[in-house]
Amino acid sequence: MSSSAHAPNLAHHFESYEQQRESASLGMWLFVAQEIMFFGGLFTAYLVYRINNPEIFKMASSELNIYQGGINTAVLILSSLTMALAVREAQLGRSKRIVALLVATFILGGVFVGIKYFEYSAKFEHHLVPGEHFDLHLNAEELAYLEKVGITDQAKIQSRAQMFFSIYFAMTGLHALHMLVGMALIIWLIPKAWRGVFNADYHNPVECFGLYWHFVDIVWIFLFPLLYLLGRNIGA
Amino acid sequence: MSSEAHADSHAHSSVHVESLGVYFAIFGALIILTGITAWVAFHDYGQALNDLIAIGIAVTKASLVVLFFMHVRHSTKVVKMVVVSGVVWLLVLFAFVLGDVFARGPYSVIG
Repeated sequence: MSSSAHAPNLAHHFESYEQQRESASLGMWLFVAQEIMFFGGLFTAYLVYRINNPEIFKMASSELNIYQGGINTAVLILSSLTMALAVREAQLGRSKRIVALLVATFILGGVFVGIKYFEYSAKFEHHLVPGEHFDLHLNAEELAYLEKVGITDQAKIQSRAQMFFSIYFAMTGLHALHMLVGMALIIWLIPKAWRGVFNADYHNPVECFGLYWHFVDIVWIFLFPLLYLLGRNIGA
Repeated sequence: MSSEAHADSHAHSSVHVESLGVYFAIFGALIILTGITAWVAFHDYGQALNDLIAIGIAVTKASLVVLFFMHVRHSTKVVKMVVVSGVVWLLVLFAFVLGDVFARGPYSVIG
Protein backbone atom coordinates (compact mmCIF):
# COMPACT_ATOMS: atom_id res chain seq x y z
CA MET A 1 0.00 0.00 0.00
CA SER A 2 2.61 2.50 1.05
CA SER A 3 4.85 1.79 -1.93
CA SER A 4 2.11 2.78 -4.41
CA ALA A 5 1.87 6.13 -2.68
CA HIS A 6 5.62 6.61 -3.05
CA ALA A 7 5.71 5.35 -6.62
CA PRO A 8 2.59 6.22 -8.58
CA ASN A 9 2.11 4.31 -11.83
CA LEU A 10 4.78 1.76 -10.90
CA ALA A 11 3.21 -1.69 -11.11
CA HIS A 12 4.04 -3.75 -8.03
CA HIS A 13 5.75 -6.53 -10.02
CA PHE A 14 8.46 -4.18 -11.28
CA GLU A 15 11.58 -3.34 -9.30
CA SER A 16 11.92 0.13 -10.76
CA TYR A 17 10.52 2.56 -13.29
CA GLU A 18 13.45 1.80 -15.55
CA GLN A 19 12.64 -1.91 -15.54
CA GLN A 20 8.97 -1.09 -16.16
CA ARG A 21 9.89 1.14 -19.11
CA GLU A 22 12.22 -1.46 -20.62
CA SER A 23 9.58 -4.17 -20.26
CA ALA A 24 6.93 -1.99 -21.91
CA SER A 25 9.26 -1.13 -24.80
CA LEU A 26 10.22 -4.77 -25.29
CA GLY A 27 6.56 -5.81 -25.36
CA MET A 28 5.72 -3.07 -27.85
CA TRP A 29 8.66 -4.02 -30.05
CA LEU A 30 7.50 -7.64 -30.11
CA PHE A 31 4.12 -6.35 -31.29
CA VAL A 32 5.86 -4.26 -33.97
CA ALA A 33 7.89 -7.32 -35.10
CA GLN A 34 4.57 -9.15 -35.51
CA GLU A 35 3.25 -6.17 -37.50
CA ILE A 36 6.25 -6.44 -39.82
CA MET A 37 5.11 -9.98 -40.68
CA PHE A 38 1.47 -8.81 -40.94
CA PHE A 39 2.37 -6.31 -43.66
CA GLY A 40 5.13 -8.65 -44.85
CA GLY A 41 2.59 -11.03 -46.38
CA LEU A 42 1.23 -8.20 -48.53
CA PHE A 43 4.71 -7.04 -49.50
CA THR A 44 5.42 -10.65 -50.56
CA ALA A 45 2.27 -10.68 -52.73
CA TYR A 46 3.44 -7.42 -54.31
CA LEU A 47 6.88 -8.90 -54.98
CA VAL A 48 5.54 -12.08 -56.59
CA TYR A 49 3.03 -10.34 -58.86
CA ARG A 50 5.39 -7.55 -59.82
CA ILE A 51 8.14 -10.01 -60.76
CA ASN A 52 5.66 -11.78 -63.02
CA ASN A 53 4.18 -8.61 -64.55
CA PRO A 54 6.83 -5.89 -64.39
CA GLU A 55 5.68 -3.90 -67.44
CA ILE A 56 1.93 -3.98 -66.74
CA PHE A 57 2.64 -2.93 -63.13
CA LYS A 58 4.46 0.15 -64.49
CA MET A 59 1.41 1.13 -66.53
CA ALA A 60 -0.96 0.59 -63.60
CA SER A 61 1.33 2.45 -61.16
CA SER A 62 1.44 5.48 -63.46
CA GLU A 63 -2.33 5.84 -62.92
CA LEU A 64 -1.71 6.78 -59.28
CA ASN A 65 -1.51 10.46 -58.38
CA ILE A 66 2.14 11.13 -57.52
CA TYR A 67 1.34 14.53 -55.95
CA GLN A 68 -1.21 13.14 -53.53
CA GLY A 69 1.13 10.25 -52.69
CA GLY A 70 4.12 12.57 -52.31
CA ILE A 71 2.31 15.13 -50.15
CA ASN A 72 1.00 12.33 -47.96
CA THR A 73 4.55 11.03 -47.53
CA ALA A 74 5.65 14.47 -46.30
CA VAL A 75 2.57 14.75 -44.05
CA LEU A 76 3.35 11.39 -42.44
CA ILE A 77 7.01 12.26 -41.91
CA LEU A 78 5.96 15.54 -40.30
CA SER A 79 3.52 13.61 -38.07
CA SER A 80 6.39 11.32 -37.06
CA LEU A 81 8.36 14.42 -36.05
CA THR A 82 5.49 15.79 -33.93
CA MET A 83 5.06 12.32 -32.40
CA ALA A 84 8.77 12.01 -31.58
CA LEU A 85 8.62 15.47 -29.99
CA ALA A 86 5.51 14.44 -28.01
CA VAL A 87 7.47 11.51 -26.58
CA ARG A 88 10.32 13.88 -25.74
CA GLU A 89 7.96 16.24 -23.92
CA ALA A 90 6.50 13.24 -22.07
CA GLN A 91 10.02 12.34 -20.94
CA LEU A 92 10.31 15.90 -19.65
CA GLY A 93 6.84 15.79 -18.06
CA ARG A 94 5.54 18.94 -19.78
CA SER A 95 1.81 18.16 -20.01
CA LYS A 96 0.63 21.12 -22.11
CA ARG A 97 3.29 20.52 -24.73
CA ILE A 98 2.52 16.79 -24.88
CA VAL A 99 -1.14 17.59 -25.53
CA ALA A 100 -0.30 20.20 -28.20
CA LEU A 101 2.01 17.80 -30.05
CA LEU A 102 -0.47 14.91 -29.81
CA VAL A 103 -3.17 17.18 -31.25
CA ALA A 104 -0.79 18.14 -34.08
CA THR A 105 -0.07 14.46 -34.75
CA PHE A 106 -3.81 13.72 -34.78
CA ILE A 107 -4.49 16.54 -37.26
CA LEU A 108 -1.68 15.41 -39.57
CA GLY A 109 -3.06 11.86 -39.41
CA GLY A 110 -6.44 13.29 -40.37
CA VAL A 111 -4.91 15.17 -43.31
CA PHE A 112 -3.32 11.93 -44.52
CA VAL A 113 -6.58 9.97 -44.32
CA GLY A 114 -8.44 12.89 -45.94
CA ILE A 115 -6.09 12.95 -48.93
CA LYS A 116 -6.40 9.16 -49.10
CA TYR A 117 -10.20 9.58 -49.29
CA PHE A 118 -9.88 11.82 -52.35
CA GLU A 119 -7.44 9.39 -53.93
CA TYR A 120 -9.78 6.45 -53.43
CA SER A 121 -12.73 8.49 -54.78
CA ALA A 122 -10.80 9.23 -57.96
CA LYS A 123 -10.02 5.52 -58.40
CA PHE A 124 -13.73 4.70 -58.18
CA GLU A 125 -14.51 7.39 -60.77
CA HIS A 126 -11.78 6.17 -63.11
CA HIS A 127 -12.90 2.52 -62.97
CA LEU A 128 -9.69 1.45 -61.27
CA VAL A 129 -11.31 -0.48 -58.43
CA PRO A 130 -10.93 -4.24 -59.04
CA GLY A 131 -14.18 -5.90 -60.02
CA GLU A 132 -16.79 -5.95 -62.73
CA HIS A 133 -16.32 -2.33 -63.78
CA PHE A 134 -12.52 -2.30 -63.80
CA ASP A 135 -11.26 -0.67 -66.98
CA LEU A 136 -7.70 0.59 -67.33
CA HIS A 137 -7.49 3.14 -70.14
CA LEU A 138 -4.11 3.22 -71.83
CA ASN A 139 -3.20 5.87 -74.37
CA ALA A 140 -1.57 5.09 -77.73
CA GLU A 141 1.88 5.77 -76.34
CA GLU A 142 1.40 3.34 -73.45
CA LEU A 143 -0.05 0.66 -75.73
CA ALA A 144 2.89 1.12 -78.10
CA TYR A 145 5.29 0.68 -75.18
CA LEU A 146 3.62 -2.55 -74.07
CA GLU A 147 3.62 -3.84 -77.65
CA LYS A 148 7.34 -3.10 -77.88
CA VAL A 149 7.98 -5.32 -74.83
CA GLY A 150 5.78 -8.04 -76.34
CA ILE A 151 2.50 -7.53 -74.45
CA THR A 152 -0.50 -7.26 -76.77
CA ASP A 153 -3.15 -9.40 -75.04
CA GLN A 154 -5.67 -6.77 -73.81
CA ALA A 155 -7.47 -9.20 -71.49
CA LYS A 156 -4.16 -10.04 -69.83
CA ILE A 157 -3.29 -6.34 -69.44
CA GLN A 158 -6.66 -5.70 -67.75
CA SER A 159 -6.40 -8.71 -65.43
CA ARG A 160 -2.82 -8.02 -64.32
CA ALA A 161 -3.49 -4.29 -63.89
CA GLN A 162 -6.44 -5.33 -61.75
CA MET A 163 -4.02 -7.38 -59.68
CA PHE A 164 -1.89 -4.26 -59.14
CA PHE A 165 -4.92 -2.35 -57.90
CA SER A 166 -6.02 -5.23 -55.67
CA ILE A 167 -2.61 -5.11 -54.02
CA TYR A 168 -2.71 -1.29 -53.94
CA PHE A 169 -6.05 -1.25 -52.12
CA ALA A 170 -5.10 -4.08 -49.75
CA MET A 171 -1.82 -2.44 -48.74
CA THR A 172 -2.93 1.17 -48.55
CA GLY A 173 -6.24 0.08 -46.99
CA LEU A 174 -4.55 -1.86 -44.21
CA HIS A 175 -2.19 1.08 -43.75
CA ALA A 176 -5.08 3.58 -43.58
CA LEU A 177 -6.82 1.33 -41.04
CA HIS A 178 -3.68 1.53 -38.92
CA MET A 179 -3.80 5.32 -39.20
CA LEU A 180 -7.41 5.38 -37.96
CA VAL A 181 -6.56 3.08 -35.05
CA GLY A 182 -3.62 5.34 -34.26
CA MET A 183 -5.83 8.44 -34.28
CA ALA A 184 -8.27 6.70 -31.90
CA LEU A 185 -5.36 5.90 -29.57
CA ILE A 186 -4.29 9.57 -29.59
CA ILE A 187 -7.78 10.48 -28.35
CA TRP A 188 -7.21 7.97 -25.52
CA LEU A 189 -3.79 9.49 -24.72
CA ILE A 190 -4.73 13.20 -24.70
CA PRO A 191 -6.76 13.24 -21.43
CA LYS A 192 -4.02 11.25 -19.68
CA ALA A 193 -1.42 13.78 -20.84
CA TRP A 194 -3.73 16.64 -19.84
CA ARG A 195 -4.04 15.24 -16.29
CA GLY A 196 -0.25 15.33 -16.04
CA VAL A 197 0.40 11.64 -15.37
CA PHE A 198 3.45 11.50 -17.65
CA ASN A 199 6.96 12.33 -16.44
CA ALA A 200 10.56 11.14 -16.70
CA ASP A 201 9.69 7.97 -14.75
CA TYR A 202 6.38 7.10 -16.32
CA HIS A 203 5.60 7.82 -19.98
CA ASN A 204 5.22 4.27 -21.31
CA PRO A 205 1.84 4.83 -23.05
CA VAL A 206 3.22 7.79 -25.05
CA GLU A 207 6.50 5.99 -25.79
CA CYS A 208 4.78 2.77 -26.91
CA PHE A 209 2.19 4.61 -28.97
CA GLY A 210 5.06 6.50 -30.60
CA LEU A 211 6.63 3.18 -31.65
CA TYR A 212 3.33 2.19 -33.27
CA TRP A 213 2.95 5.53 -35.08
CA HIS A 214 6.53 5.48 -36.38
CA PHE A 215 6.08 1.90 -37.58
CA VAL A 216 3.03 2.96 -39.61
CA ASP A 217 5.14 5.78 -41.06
CA ILE A 218 7.84 3.27 -42.05
CA VAL A 219 5.28 1.11 -43.89
CA TRP A 220 4.31 4.16 -45.95
CA ILE A 221 7.99 4.99 -46.59
CA PHE A 222 8.11 1.66 -48.48
CA LEU A 223 4.64 1.88 -50.04
CA PHE A 224 5.27 5.26 -51.69
CA PRO A 225 8.13 4.21 -54.01
CA LEU A 226 6.80 0.67 -54.55
CA LEU A 227 3.27 1.71 -55.53
CA TYR A 228 3.50 5.27 -56.89
CA LEU A 229 6.85 5.57 -58.62
CA LEU A 230 6.88 2.69 -61.13
CA GLY A 231 7.04 3.41 -64.84
CA ARG A 232 7.82 7.10 -64.37
CA ASN A 233 11.25 6.43 -65.90
CA ILE A 234 9.81 5.26 -69.24
CA GLY A 235 11.02 7.55 -72.01
CA ALA A 236 13.11 9.60 -69.56
CA MET B 1 10.17 -4.46 -1.59
CA SER B 2 10.74 -1.78 1.00
CA SER B 3 9.99 1.84 0.26
CA GLU B 4 13.75 2.52 0.39
CA ALA B 5 14.25 0.17 -2.56
CA HIS B 6 11.73 2.18 -4.51
CA ALA B 7 13.27 5.45 -3.51
CA ASP B 8 16.66 4.10 -4.53
CA SER B 9 15.45 2.86 -7.89
CA HIS B 10 13.69 6.18 -8.36
CA ALA B 11 16.99 7.98 -8.03
CA HIS B 12 18.59 5.76 -10.67
CA SER B 13 15.66 5.96 -13.01
CA SER B 14 17.17 7.83 -15.92
CA VAL B 15 15.82 8.26 -19.39
CA HIS B 16 17.82 9.47 -22.36
CA VAL B 17 16.31 12.71 -23.69
CA GLU B 18 17.49 13.39 -27.22
CA SER B 19 18.28 16.99 -28.16
CA LEU B 20 15.73 18.85 -30.29
CA GLY B 21 18.30 19.39 -33.02
CA VAL B 22 18.60 15.65 -33.63
CA TYR B 23 14.85 15.29 -34.25
CA PHE B 24 14.76 18.24 -36.66
CA ALA B 25 17.87 17.01 -38.49
CA ILE B 26 16.32 13.56 -38.98
CA PHE B 27 13.07 15.15 -40.17
CA GLY B 28 15.05 17.22 -42.71
CA ALA B 29 16.94 14.16 -43.91
CA LEU B 30 13.70 12.18 -44.36
CA ILE B 31 12.12 14.98 -46.44
CA ILE B 32 15.24 15.37 -48.60
CA LEU B 33 15.47 11.60 -49.18
CA THR B 34 11.77 11.56 -50.20
CA GLY B 35 12.56 14.28 -52.75
CA ILE B 36 15.54 12.33 -54.07
CA THR B 37 13.58 9.08 -54.44
CA ALA B 38 10.84 10.91 -56.42
CA TRP B 39 13.44 12.69 -58.58
CA VAL B 40 15.31 9.45 -59.35
CA ALA B 41 12.04 7.73 -60.34
CA PHE B 42 11.68 10.15 -63.26
CA HIS B 43 15.11 9.29 -64.62
CA ASP B 44 16.01 6.02 -66.29
CA TYR B 45 19.16 4.35 -65.00
CA GLY B 46 17.95 0.92 -66.10
CA GLN B 47 15.10 -0.69 -64.19
CA ALA B 48 17.35 -2.72 -61.88
CA LEU B 49 19.36 0.31 -60.76
CA ASN B 50 16.19 2.42 -60.41
CA ASP B 51 14.72 -0.26 -58.13
CA LEU B 52 17.95 -0.59 -56.16
CA ILE B 53 18.11 3.17 -55.52
CA ALA B 54 14.42 3.29 -54.50
CA ILE B 55 14.83 0.39 -52.05
CA GLY B 56 18.16 1.73 -50.78
CA ILE B 57 16.62 5.13 -49.98
CA ALA B 58 13.55 3.54 -48.35
CA VAL B 59 15.77 1.32 -46.17
CA THR B 60 17.88 4.35 -45.21
CA LYS B 61 14.76 6.35 -44.26
CA ALA B 62 13.34 3.45 -42.26
CA SER B 63 16.68 3.02 -40.46
CA LEU B 64 16.73 6.71 -39.50
CA VAL B 65 13.21 6.45 -38.08
CA VAL B 66 14.05 3.26 -36.16
CA LEU B 67 17.36 4.49 -34.76
CA PHE B 68 16.38 8.06 -33.84
CA PHE B 69 12.58 8.51 -33.68
CA MET B 70 12.10 5.05 -32.14
CA HIS B 71 15.19 5.44 -29.92
CA VAL B 72 16.70 2.06 -30.83
CA ARG B 73 20.10 3.76 -30.73
CA HIS B 74 19.68 3.95 -26.94
CA SER B 75 17.58 0.81 -26.46
CA THR B 76 18.51 -2.34 -24.55
CA LYS B 77 20.23 -5.20 -26.35
CA VAL B 78 17.13 -7.36 -26.18
CA VAL B 79 15.10 -4.67 -28.01
CA LYS B 80 17.82 -4.43 -30.66
CA MET B 81 17.63 -8.20 -31.05
CA VAL B 82 13.85 -8.06 -31.56
CA VAL B 83 14.24 -5.33 -34.21
CA VAL B 84 16.88 -7.30 -36.12
CA SER B 85 14.95 -10.57 -35.86
CA GLY B 86 11.79 -8.85 -37.13
CA VAL B 87 13.66 -7.84 -40.28
CA VAL B 88 15.42 -11.20 -40.60
CA TRP B 89 12.12 -13.12 -40.51
CA LEU B 90 10.72 -10.83 -43.18
CA LEU B 91 13.75 -11.59 -45.37
CA VAL B 92 13.27 -15.33 -44.70
CA LEU B 93 9.66 -14.96 -45.92
CA PHE B 94 10.83 -13.17 -49.09
CA ALA B 95 13.67 -15.63 -49.72
CA PHE B 96 11.58 -18.80 -49.46
CA VAL B 97 8.66 -17.44 -51.50
CA LEU B 98 10.94 -16.02 -54.21
CA GLY B 99 12.91 -19.27 -54.31
CA ASP B 100 9.64 -20.98 -55.15
CA VAL B 101 8.66 -18.33 -57.72
CA PHE B 102 11.96 -18.56 -59.57
CA ALA B 103 12.08 -22.37 -59.38
CA ARG B 104 8.66 -22.64 -61.05
CA GLY B 105 9.27 -19.90 -63.61
CA PRO B 106 6.59 -17.55 -64.96
CA TYR B 107 3.13 -18.87 -64.19
CA SER B 108 -0.36 -18.05 -65.39
CA VAL B 109 -2.61 -18.59 -62.42
CA ILE B 110 -4.65 -15.51 -63.19
CA GLY B 111 -5.96 -13.99 -66.39
